[in-house]
Formats: sequence, structure tokens, C-alpha cells
Amino acid sequence: MTQATANGGPVLEIRGLKTHFFTRDGVVKAVDGVDLTVEAGEIVGLVGESGCGKSVTSMSVLRLVQDPGRIVDGSIRFQGTDLLGLSDKEIRNIRGDRISMIFQQPISSLNPVYTAGFQIAEVYRVHRNMKKGPARDKALEVLREVGIPDPERRIDAYPHELSGGMAQRIMIAMALAAGPELLIADEPTTALDVTIQAQIIDLMRDVREDLGTAIILITHDLGIVAEIADRVAVMYAGEIVEEADVETLFTDPKHPYTRGLIGSIPVAGARREWLDVIPGRVPNLIDLPPGCRFAPRCRARLENDLTICTEREPALLDVGENHTARCWLYSEGRR
Amino acid sequence: MSDPTVPPQPPDEGMPPTNVTDPMPAMAEAFAFEREDEIERAVGEGFAASGGDVSGHATGGLWRTAGRELLRKKSAVVGLVMLTVLVFLAVFAPVIAPYDPNEVLFSEGVAPRDAPCIHLLGCPDDQPQHILGIDGNGRDYFSRLVYGARVSLLAAFVAVTFAMVWGTIVGLIAGFFGGAADNVLMRLMDVLLSFPSLLLAIAIVSVLGPGLINAILAISVVTIPQYARIVRSSVLSIREQEFVAADRALGVGTWRLLWHRIFPNALTPLVVIATLGIATAVLEIASLSFLGLGVQPPTPEWGSMLAAERNQVFTAPHLVFFAGLMIMWNVLSFNLLGDGLRDALDPRLGR
Repeated sequence: MTQATANGGPVLEIRGLKTHFFTRDGVVKAVDGVDLTVEAGEIVGLVGESGCGKSVTSMSVLRLVQDPGRIVDGSIRFQGTDLLGLSDKEIRNIRGDRISMIFQQPISSLNPVYTAGFQIAEVYRVHRNMKKGPARDKALEVLREVGIPDPERRIDAYPHELSGGMAQRIMIAMALAAGPELLIADEPTTALDVTIQAQIIDLMRDVREDLGTAIILITHDLGIVAEIADRVAVMYAGEIVEEADVETLFTDPKHPYTRGLIGSIPVAGARREWLDVIPGRVPNLIDLPPGCRFAPRCRARLENDLTICTEREPALLDVGENHTARCWLYSEGRR
Repeated sequence: MSDPTVPPQPPDEGMPPTNVTDPMPAMAEAFAFEREDEIERAVGEGFAASGGDVSGHATGGLWRTAGRELLRKKSAVVGLVMLTVLVFLAVFAPVIAPYDPNEVLFSEGVAPRDAPCIHLLGCPDDQPQHILGIDGNGRDYFSRLVYGARVSLLAAFVAVTFAMVWGTIVGLIAGFFGGAADNVLMRLMDVLLSFPSLLLAIAIVSVLGPGLINAILAISVVTIPQYARIVRSSVLSIREQEFVAADRALGVGTWRLLWHRIFPNALTPLVVIATLGIATAVLEIASLSFLGLGVQPPTPEWGSMLAAERNQVFTAPHLVFFAGLMIMWNVLSFNLLGDGLRDALDPRLGR
């Protein structure tokens, strides 16, 4: 396996990424100017509600956005290479080899007509031109690495014979087979039982420790983020609204949306009358409100009686060391 | 290959050493073995017996379960037995048939349309035995009937295979790429479908000239749209599945994705339609031959044998009856088998 040492720079650097979907009803600005940096061996949590653009961001990295979606602006540099400038063949060679992805539904992410081992071996056959036999041996090796019990037997199991957790381990095995520098995990635990979730989280932590793989963890589960991420970026309506290291974000959240998210986590054992629910829902991405995208749902705006929020969009402001938030509350000349 | 009879390994094996201090791995093990039992119970004795030896062969699991399911259905088994009889007749025709099917036997003292003569049933020993009688041209009817199985089965298989290959190519491309390719190809298929199939086949044969090859070609061209539609509709739903996205994310190329990933998943409905399609092809070959546009005399073919003796249906009914019976036998066997396959391969019917 390759160690993600790289050339000192970040593994992934996204600048001003805009991915829009050109639908009949109008242009859906699913990702609208996202900046994100992932250092080697780092776990970055990308958090937000459904439909905020988390998944589209990750699909954009691998250039897997399907019609009618298109990356309209920005740059994505992976270890210095601009992914958006690569030919189809070149990006295909990067997918699954140097950047891999795992998905939310592990069982349906496996092809039902092939065995688990066959599908892992495929990675070696596609990217390493290996023959069937040696590829199978390598597959067995990875299966062992991701902690599949009885791998000699599981290698010949079909997806329908696997449990969700087992299938997710196999997906991770496939993703790690070629020793990628970056793993994008799109809600890897959402479809799993809590106990299995914990195992998968442990596994991902081990992957980072042992292989030095950087991970982008996309989730709406802040608990998981708190547990394993180094840094967190909070997304709202196609933009990153706050970014900080994990302790800072949970102890001192700045953006009202982040506060709302953290406030709406039910705490085990503590019975509260009301959860802090964020009122309203994610705005229509075709027809965005002028000004701050969160303004219509923002309590802080009302409490502080800010009028600028609905007029002009705030920039990402420094609100602490390595801590940025996109909110007028922290702007000097806001009124 | 692991032996399924080996008892479960002690729990700490197989887990990464980094997890040893964690309480989770033990749980993972417990969970894993619990699942294993469940799986074995669910899949039944078949999976347990086959254990790990499903190696290599990509679709072994599916086809094996389907095969077991098929044998559980009485109608499918009947179809299978009927088909086996036919295939046996076709393959061993030279051994089974007592005479050359094209040999005129007037020199052996038979008359045209002689009734069956079976020694066991009291036909005088000095007369030559013809268990289904003699046809209008003095040939042994039973021998012709046996050889007819060859033509009928072969023509139907070739016609369906040809149609299936082209239909699959069209359907895969139309379904996967969509857009203009889909529109052009499927409108073309619609045009083909807008002709009554037998009439179109007759038209094709009229242009190309009668004969077995042309008849096969005509029948397959007419049925291409069926396969194209089936494959296209499967591809449309399969390409939206998560595993296709996952394969893309693993860097699998477009053609590999189409042939190796999507196509195998579209195979089950195709197999069912093809089996039922053979039944139709058998009928159409017989129809074309009946009309004199298919197999040309003296080659024995059930449709043309029917046609040749149809005016004698009252004077020599056996010459019409048995050819018709064979056609029915053939069609019925494939229909029964196709129905059984459909049930066996349908994942919605829980097993």
C-alpha cells in the first residue's frame, strides 16, 4: 500500500467549485462556490442537511456528476493535478486507484451477480492489469485487512448473502484495494445498525492510522463527526458556512446554523422537553433568497435585528484560529 | 476453499490486531456467526452443501438456485422432459429413424399414403413395418417426422439466437446511452413492430427467395424488437442502481460497465423471453414452410409435411395428425419451460 506522503502539499484542494444542474425548471445551484482543503492523512467531516450539496461536492471530485449536472466553475487539485483538466481516461485511472469512494447503501452498491471477491479482484484487474489468480489472492489479503471474519469463505459470497456491516467492509476493501491517497465516504454508516456503525468508524480510523489515507467523511450525523474527524466543514444550501477543527466546532460554534445543528442532537440520557429544532427547511436551490442563504431560518438575525442579512451575502470570515464562518454577526462594519 | 463443516474459528482470528483491546471485535464475531447461521438457514441445504466452491464462475449462484427452483415446478419439469425427448430425437435421428427420410420406397412394395403397419399390433409379418405409414411420395413417415425435429429445433434456435444478439446490442446501447441513440434505435424497432410479424416474414422471404436460411433470417428480424425492448427496459433501471455508480467510482470504463456489469443483470428476463421466443419461432418456421416459403422439399419439415398432405386429411388423417402433434409438442415444451423459468428467476417470489 502506498503511504500518502505526497509532496508536502494538501492531498486535495477545492477552490470555488460550482456544480449546477440544468433542469427544466431552472438552474439548481447544488454546489455554489465551495472551498475545501484536505491534508494528507486527515479526516475531514463534511456535514449538512439532505440536499445541501455534500454528495454533489464529492461526486464532483471524481467527476461523476451525471447529466443534467455540470461543473461550471472552480478548480479541484489532487496532489497538484487539476482533476477538471484531465481526459476521461485519465480521470478513470484515478478513480478507484488514487481516490476511492464508498456509498451509503453497501448491499446495493455491490453488483448482485458477482461474488464479493470477484468485485474486489476487479480493482486489481482494472488498475493493475492483474490476472485472475493473483488478483484473487490480493482480494483475500484486503478482506483480511478490513477485518472480515472467515475471509476464505466470504470471498465467494454473493452480496445478498452478506449483512449490511459485512457488505460495507467489503465496499471499504474495494475502495482500499489499490491503496488510494484519498477516500471519500458518502454517509458510510447511515444505513447500518448503531453497533455496526461503531465498527465501521473504527475501521476507518484504522485505515487512516495504518495506511495514511486521507478521508472525506460526508454525513449528517454530528456524533460520528465528533468521534473521528479532525476538521469539520458545515455545508448549507451549496455553500460552506463554517469550518473549524473538531473541538472548536463543537465547543464554540459560530454560525447560527451550526449552533442549530448541534442543538438538535438528542443527548442520550438527558430528557429534554424540546429539542432545538431549526425552523423551516433548506431553501429552493433554483430560487435562492437574496443575502444570506440561512437568513429566512435564522433566529440570531431576528434577535440582533440585522437587516443586512437579507440584502447581501456574507463572505467566509475569520472568527478564530483556523476557524471561519459565513455570517454577518462577525463582520466589523455590518450595519 | 473452506469446508462448511469446519466449526467456527475462535473469535479473535480474522480481526485486525489494532482492535484487540476494543470490545467491538468480539461483538463483530458474534454477530458474524449469528448471521452465518441465518444465511445458511435461509439459503437452505443447497448453499451449505455447495459451501465455498462457487469460485470463479460469475453467475453460478443465481443459476444454481434458479435450477433448483425450476426442478421444483411440475410444469417446468414436464416441459423439460418433453424437450429432452425432442432433442434426443433430433440428435439420434439417424439411429432412431428406420429409413432414410428422403428415400422413396415404392420398390419395396408400398403404396402412397399406406396406413401404418406395426407388426406388434397384428400387421402381417410379410409386409415391411412402417409405424406411422407412408406419405404421398412413398417415404417412411416416421423417419421424416424424426428428422423434422432436427430442422425445427435448429431453425428455431438459430433464429432466436440471432434475434437475441441483435436485440441485446440494440437494447443495451439504447438503454445505456439514451438520448439520440435511444430515439433512433427504438423508433427503428417500433417500425419493425408495426408490421404483422408473419406478414413481414413473408415479405422478407418473398424478396430473398424461399429457403430455410431466409426463413430463419425473416423470423429473427421480426423478433429483434422484442429482445431490444426487454433489454432496454432492464438497462434503464439497472443503470440507476448504486452499484453502477460504485463501479464508476472505481474507475470501470464505459464498455466494461455495459458488458460486464449491467448486461449480466439484464440476463434473466432475456432468458425467459428467449425460451418463450423459441416456441414462437418453431410455429413461424412451420407456418412459413406450410406456405411453401420456408424449408423446401424434399427436406423433412413438419410444416411442409402438413401442407403436402392437408388435402388428404380425411383419407389419410395420420399424415396430418402426427406432424401437427409434433409442432404442438415442441411449442408446448418451450412454453412450459419458459413459464417455469420465469417463476424460477423471479426474485420477487420469495424462496
